[in-house]
Amino acid sequence: MDSNKKSQKQAKIIVGVILGVWGFITFIPFLWMIASSFKTNAEISQIVPSLFPKHPTLDNFKELFFKLNFSVYLKNTLVITAFSFVGLFLNAMAGYGFAKYNFKGKEKIFLLVLATMMIPGQVTMIPVYLLLNMVGLTNTLTGIVLPGLVGAFGIFLFRQFMSTISNEIIEAARLDGASEWYIFTRIILPISRPVLAVQGILTFIGGWNSFIWPLIIANDEKFYTLSVGLQLLQGQHGTNYALQMSGATFMVVPIIIIFLCLQKYILDGFNVSGLK
Amino acid sequence: MMKKQGILAPFLFIFPALTLLLLFSIIPIIVALIISFTDLSLAGLADWSRVHFIGWNNYKSVLTDTVFAKAIGNTLFYVIIGVPLVVAFSLAIAIMINFGRSAFFKLIRLVFYTPSITNTVAIAVVWSYLYNPSIGLFNFILAKFHMGPVPWLQDPTMAKISLIILAVWKAIGINMIIFLAALQGIPKEYYEAAEIDGANRWKQITKITIPLMSFSIFFVSVTTLIGWFQFFEEPLVMTKGGPLDGTTSVALFIYRNGFQYSKFGYAAAGSFILFISIIIVTAIQFKIQNRHEKQGV
Repeated sequence: MDSNKKSQKQAKIIVGVILGVWGFITFIPFLWMIASSFKTNAEISQIVPSLFPKHPTLDNFKELFFKLNFSVYLKNTLVITAFSFVGLFLNAMAGYGFAKYNFKGKEKIFLLVLATMMIPGQVTMIPVYLLLNMVGLTNTLTGIVLPGLVGAFGIFLFRQFMSTISNEIIEAARLDGASEWYIFTRIILPISRPVLAVQGILTFIGGWNSFIWPLIIANDEKFYTLSVGLQLLQGQHGTNYALQMSGATFMVVPIIIIFLCLQKYILDGFNVSGLK
Repeated sequence: MMKKQGILAPFLFIFPALTLLLLFSIIPIIVALIISFTDLSLAGLADWSRVHFIGWNNYKSVLTDTVFAKAIGNTLFYVIIGVPLVVAFSLAIAIMINFGRSAFFKLIRLVFYTPSITNTVAIAVVWSYLYNPSIGLFNFILAKFHMGPVPWLQDPTMAKISLIILAVWKAIGINMIIFLAALQGIPKEYYEAAEIDGANRWKQITKITIPLMSFSIFFVSVTTLIGWFQFFEEPLVMTKGGPLDGTTSVALFIYRNGFQYSKFGYAAAGSFILFISIIIVTAIQFKIQNRHEKQGV
């Protein structure tokens, strides 16, 4: 038994070393990106690179915001992210509707909602563009936000969680004369805080990273998001890697920080949502 | 009064989300199907009378388009190599992380998860720099070991592999989390019993862990496969589909025809071929899974 324990400890150390090395390799692109964003382009172009910048500089970030349009892209990205929280609320409402009411055709409608998860984005891309074009919403922020506002996966997760809330709470509130809307906003939503937290973080990340709809809908730089702007930058300043790395750092690092602060909610959230 | 509210309320709750889903997911499928039988282009957008039904012509010409054939070949290359790698690596890492409960293992879990929340465009830009043939980090490291230089994005076949490496790196995190949740659901008694019977660690993994994980392996394979069939952002940002269309995926082909050449009808036909392929492959996966379950595996 003692030798068994010892071999178990040995196995643990071997596994730890493998994971440590593999994990380090996984993290290299981030380290390289951040280090390069503080280098001058001359330093980047050297044949023998160094990890740490010899003359750390903020010039790349200044150029992004003062010479290029990154402040506009940032504003658009934040507006889009804020609007995507409206979508989160609509998902929660729909989730509640499916979880706690009985009505004719409920199962069929819910299946239809789930079926939309199967549809590849490439199929809907063209018709949605034509539709938005017809009503004059191309090249507007509304047009960028609307197509991805609600999603079947979000509705599904809210429904899963809200079905576990006991009916008695709702019945009691109804007897007290509370309106359906009051029950939803004052009772159901506060109870659903764990799933709201997960969905909120995922919504933020999704909005911050939004790329395909801004790319298709916005023809004008004043509606570009950070992703689209960075792609444009790569096309126009193809050899200025220092500038590109600072743009990438500006997009990636805030998300990593938010994730590290809230990781408990995200990683545990997979259990909350019943995705086992 | 109260009863009336009770009948209406559920519809009011689901109405906004359902309307948006109808407008942006369900109706567009029907529209796409109709468009795919027309010659709709920019000219047609301005003047609807210039749009004509042309029957199966779009489908016929897409299927004989050499670029589309190449895109199918490339997409199959991505799927056949990428999907097994994602499943194998995320499963292996999840099993290894499940060995320990200490802060170190928790930290490693975060490290592997991080790539999956970061922006694909930003990451593609970073990897383009890492892959740069003359000043990129990868070739510099290889040169230290007297290897290379590797034409990461310059050779059509190597470019596909380079895109797969990046996409696998990014996909491991989320799938690892799904596997970890499943691993933690396996009762400890199973392993204790196996240990008493003298089964070593490797035997325990192959005879207990993996069979009990068959459902989550199936789930991850299906979702990963669907995702890789739509492989898009990486080739768009890093190679624009080149060199020589060597990295053009079906999704990129559709995007390019639709939004760069404004051949809406043609692109819609391509998108339906993609959709039907996904449905067929997913159905086959479900069939295989069902047979396995019936056999009691």
